[in-house]
Amino acid sequence: MAAVQGGLVDAVEKKDIKTEPSEDSGGNNNANDGRLLSPPPGSSASAPGGNKPPAGAPEDQQTLLAVLQFLRKNNLAESVEILRREAGLPEDALDLKAGDSAGAGSGGAGGTVDLEGEDASSLLSRVTVSSSAAAQAPTKVTPSEDQPDVNVVLSAYSQQGDPALYGVYYSGLKRFIESVLDCHRAELSQVFYPLFVHMYLELVYNNHENEAKVFFEKFSGDQECYYEDDLRVLSSLTKKEHMRGNETLLDFRTSKFVLRISRDSYQLLKRHLQERQNNQIWNIIQEHLYIDIFDGMPRSKSQIDAMSGSLAGEAKREANKAKVYYGLLKEPEIELPLDDEDEEAENEEGKPKKKKPKKDSMGSKSKKQDPNAPSQTRIPLPELKDSDKLDKIMYMKEATKRIRLGPDNLPSICFYSFLNAYQGLTAVDFTDDSSLIAGGFADSTVRVWSVTPKKLRKVKSAADLNLIDKESDDVLERIMDEKTASESKILYGHSGPVYGISFSPDRNYLLTCSEDGTIRLWSLQTFTCLVGYKGHNYPVWDTQFSPHGYYFISGGHDRVARLWATDHYQPLRMFSGHLADITSTRFHPNSNYVVTGSSDRTIRLWDVLTGNCVRIFTGHKGPIHALAFSPNGKFLASGATDGRVLLWDIGHGLMIGELKGHTDTIYSLKFSRDGEILASGSMDNTVRLWDATKAFDDLETDDFTAATGHIHLQDNSQELLLGTYMSKSTPVIHLHFTRRNLLLAAGAYNP
Amino acid sequence: MADREERRFAEVSRESVKLVAEGAGVELGDDVAALLAEDVCYRLREATQSSSQFMRHAKRRKLTVEDFNRALRWSNVEAICGYGAQDALPFRSVKEGELFFIEDRDINLVELALATNIPKGCAETMVRVNVSYLDGKGNLEPQGTVPTAVQSLSDDLLKYYQQITRAILGEDPHLMKVALLDLQSNSKIAALLPYFVYVISGVKSVSHDLEQLNRLLHMVKSLVQNPYLYLGSYVRSLVSSVMYCILEPLAASINPLNDHWTLRDYAALLLSHIFWTHGDLVSGLYHQILLSLQKVLSDPVRPLCSHYGAVVGLHALGWKAVERVLFPHLPAYWANLQAVLDDYSVSNAQVKADGHKVYGAILVAVERLLKMKALSQPVEGGSSGQPATVVGAMGYRVSSPCLSPPPEPLSEAALGIASHLQAGGAGCPWEEWTPVPLPAMYCELYSFFGDSLAVRFSTGPDFGSFPTCTPSQLRDARKEAPGPTSNPDTTRKMPQLTANLNISPRQDGSPRTDPPPPSLAVTGAGRALARSSSSSSSSSMQRSRSSSSRSGQRSAGLSRDVFPKARFTSPQIGPPAFTFIIGGRQMGRRCQGRRPFQTTFAPTPPHSAIPPRAYAHKLPVIGRVGKPVRRWACSHYSLHLPL
Repeated sequence: MAAVQGGLVDAVEKKDIKTEPSEDSGGNNNANDGRLLSPPPGSSASAPGGNKPPAGAPEDQQTLLAVLQFLRKNNLAESVEILRREAGLPEDALDLKAGDSAGAGSGGAGGTVDLEGEDASSLLSRVTVSSSAAAQAPTKVTPSEDQPDVNVVLSAYSQQGDPALYGVYYSGLKRFIESVLDCHRAELSQVFYPLFVHMYLELVYNNHENEAKVFFEKFSGDQECYYEDDLRVLSSLTKKEHMRGNETLLDFRTSKFVLRISRDSYQLLKRHLQERQNNQIWNIIQEHLYIDIFDGMPRSKSQIDAMSGSLAGEAKREANKAKVYYGLLKEPEIELPLDDEDEEAENEEGKPKKKKPKKDSMGSKSKKQDPNAPSQTRIPLPELKDSDKLDKIMYMKEATKRIRLGPDNLPSICFYSFLNAYQGLTAVDFTDDSSLIAGGFADSTVRVWSVTPKKLRKVKSAADLNLIDKESDDVLERIMDEKTASESKILYGHSGPVYGISFSPDRNYLLTCSEDGTIRLWSLQTFTCLVGYKGHNYPVWDTQFSPHGYYFISGGHDRVARLWATDHYQPLRMFSGHLADITSTRFHPNSNYVVTGSSDRTIRLWDVLTGNCVRIFTGHKGPIHALAFSPNGKFLASGATDGRVLLWDIGHGLMIGELKGHTDTIYSLKFSRDGEILASGSMDNTVRLWDATKAFDDLETDDFTAATGHIHLQDNSQELLLGTYMSKSTPVIHLHFTRRNLLLAAGAYNP
Repeated sequence: MADREERRFAEVSRESVKLVAEGAGVELGDDVAALLAEDVCYRLREATQSSSQFMRHAKRRKLTVEDFNRALRWSNVEAICGYGAQDALPFRSVKEGELFFIEDRDINLVELALATNIPKGCAETMVRVNVSYLDGKGNLEPQGTVPTAVQSLSDDLLKYYQQITRAILGEDPHLMKVALLDLQSNSKIAALLPYFVYVISGVKSVSHDLEQLNRLLHMVKSLVQNPYLYLGSYVRSLVSSVMYCILEPLAASINPLNDHWTLRDYAALLLSHIFWTHGDLVSGLYHQILLSLQKVLSDPVRPLCSHYGAVVGLHALGWKAVERVLFPHLPAYWANLQAVLDDYSVSNAQVKADGHKVYGAILVAVERLLKMKALSQPVEGGSSGQPATVVGAMGYRVSSPCLSPPPEPLSEAALGIASHLQAGGAGCPWEEWTPVPLPAMYCELYSFFGDSLAVRFSTGPDFGSFPTCTPSQLRDARKEAPGPTSNPDTTRKMPQLTANLNISPRQDGSPRTDPPPPSLAVTGAGRALARSSSSSSSSSMQRSRSSSSRSGQRSAGLSRDVFPKARFTSPQIGPPAFTFIIGGRQMGRRCQGRRPFQTTFAPTPPHSAIPPRAYAHKLPVIGRVGKPVRRWACSHYSLHLPL
């Protein structure tokens, strides 16, 4: 533990230096991100990025005032101050009284917004300010006290039209769209769903309950089946009062529904609406929809269906334009003592190295920098310790014995069944070297098992440690208390089901997150809890260590993903933008990016350095519960409750494959060590293996797709499916490839 | 869609709201109640919606009360207590007040607190690994085998297990009874099931000890009858153990003093019990059982006691099984059996006694088959004039398998007016196999069993008209049926059945036209027999038609004349004579002789007179013949316990 400390502290100091300047840019970029969500460029310049004075569109100012009011109401004077300063509002815009701000517990971190604030609302408010989605986050945090904001949000619905005519308008548009040319029809049909929802909400908001019901019954059947869940929520909403605090509704109002439509189709629609003087619909389109117009051929129905399904429409094309350094970091130069077993690593170079880079393959790894890789020091990473180097050598040795997988050489599968897990197994993780397995349970316990003959031992107590000879060679053995040796250990501390679990790469720590809103760091030396990270005020659904250790990411019900470092009790970054719960989080192999999957059915890739959202992937039709990067960092696989696995090209920001076959939620995905095989485990008690090489090869050649962003997927799931393996009534909730490419699966036997 | 969705929602009517308000002492107006009801519905749906999220993240499919409470907690509503039970709560209604409530029993806390049988709780959570798919290929371990360590046993369970097995396999009959009773009613032994199943699968190691086998079978019975146990795929293992007891040429059966017949009967009953109560747990079980029974039956090398087991097993599985398996095999089998029965040599006495046992079993099975078939046949008045040619062509499908009821005393009407000529055999759901119509079947069976069949079948005067063959013809048929193969040279050496079919005696003047297929080989014998039997059945049918005018002429004397058993009996050996006596006795009260043969056969051990070991070598298969039959003093040691 002490040995760990030194390296980490060092890194932290670097990190602190690093973060100071980046903090601002983080804010800026969040603002940019926000702008993407805001009305079409031009009118949105008002988003208060950095220290610019706002452009002063009156409604924006109104929003800001509302936010300020809200903050002041909550005694967040400091935040108010900062916001006011950043927005360039005059002091008297609100008569601020200097409330007691001491309670916020700020460390007074200079000019930037202090992340020490730790108060979720203050942090959220910062995010809120920068995005134009004014009320979203605060509403979420304190849904009961946000009357002014909600009113601001909802007031957009106050416009009055003749309620009886809504149905006429809608069916008029429907008739029109059904009569247009086939090539346009599919594109224009996208308008139906957002229009339907907004019209329904308008009716409800204006207390036309019966009309709303009639409208819903008449047209809900026309909507695409993958919106069924949302429609169910919507149909239960029949009163204006219900709209308050309803998340789905707020998502709809606060984020513009994004549609991608070709210019021709858009013109067609526009002309029709203007000819008919159909202002009702036109207004909705203007206000609540973002139409991303592109030049070129209209997309086909299947193309549209592949990308749609998310809560807020598709991603805008600009959202995926940012450069992503998806390459891997350079390997540290550790000489591999092939013959001599116990030779120490000789490498003494000073630059930071990584412990567990997932490499493409051992032989082909060149020492020169990958052009797509981030610079080695882009994110400060902890230095390798001696033990890490040893582990690295072990890893390389194992890697030489790795089995080369392929369609003709499928991996063997070992199933780790949790027996008598009546309390409910909710999360599983293996260490990278497959020596330990840990399970999180619904009864708040965390259990760690050794899956090798080596038993788990605690470090001796402080008094006993004093007695041992610190100079001896086997001091690391001596500090262990043989009396505590056992096959498994139970860790108590959480007060709710443990939903996420992750080992640190050096096997010294274990990270768990729980329904109680905390993330806990456990020592695997003493088997005690070291830190409880509090920041999420709601259940935390997932957490994962960075592949280089030290950092970890978490995401939960509060829709904000947080980046933490183990020695900071507050988050370093907060990634906000999802419209619903973050259901799964993963680190990129180069530790420079994190990916989050959400129940708003989108996947977002975030830059750890800047805090920006650099990719938004839409196409899933259900909450995303599994994510996995390919070992070369280029691709992402995601699995959702709809039972489909989608493959994404991170560099181009494109969907490149769809793997159909599972019949239930996919809870785990894993690439083999060399990336040739993708394994997916599901609630339907099966493990399926997919030919990843083929899936990626087929697509990489297509230039047109890359240029336009319009994918055209052929349905080749059956060709890519290499095998389906049943378990004995055991849902597969975790998959892991050992260093030699043996596939381990885990789940609780469920008789 | 809206409608469909709507139905899946929780709905709380305004009346309910009013009632609840009244309960709380508040009087509500209609409009207020309506508003409240609507809001309650909405909140309920909202809570359900958010609780489903907890379910998804707990990686479950079932929404629990806990999930719902969590959702409530996060929306600042107090959790609902007292609904954590695993099983569904009974929802009752009171008619008068249109009230619905959940039954909430009073729990006697004192009793609960002072109870001594506090459950120990479940076993420790653990991780077990097994290599499921090697090289992505197959399973090393076939699906559905007994997992060796599904549960680790708590000390209590272990003790219980040891006591129970010791008691059941031990010497004390009273203790055994208690243990079996407990096994039958204990609700907490699910964890032990694999172990018990394993013990039972130990039957295969105690083939010398009938007592032990019997006890194990009782254990099976107790397990099967325990309402708290879900047998699941263990059924397969249990069935295979029971089948072992039915079919195996047990070492104990070498000694005729050992009553292995009862064991087989009991096991067969148990098999049918398992099948009828738990057969749905394992798909294709019925087919598997039938197949293995059929295999034994058609294997001439097997000893007669195995054949007996197969017949009894088929009988226990119901008449359909008999019709499906035994009946088609009968002609082939008959030849073998007859060869045994015809051998009067002293050395054959033991085998012959066994043969009679099999004969009796077949007779009983076949009788029930005929009865059930006749019962299941639709009564069609005046169908007697129907040409018999359509008999086989069309079949009435019986909708219900009509298997379970024991044969009722046959109503005369059912078999009444020339029902044997009615078109249509009892339909049978087997696709690959065409049912033989009842009359043809009867004729064929009659050709085997002669009057002993007719008599036991309780024909009565009406039915007397049924086998219209004259006694002499019957005798011919009787001779003819086994005829092709039963010429003395071949039948004597049953195992080396090299039928020379070309020289089969055909002394009858029956209008049979098709000559028996000239098949020669040993292996072909069975098939050839089957075919020739079908031809003989058709010929007998023709005869029966041709001579229908002479119905009712049969006289007792003639029948007795015909009664072929006489040929088998040899004066110096007891058992065959006994058979004859049965026949005679039943001839005397013809209408009542339809009870299963056990009542007349079984209680008299037929072989008592024969010195036990003298004929042991006659059993062809048992390799351990030379071994002296020993009784194990402390026989439960022979069971390998799995712990």
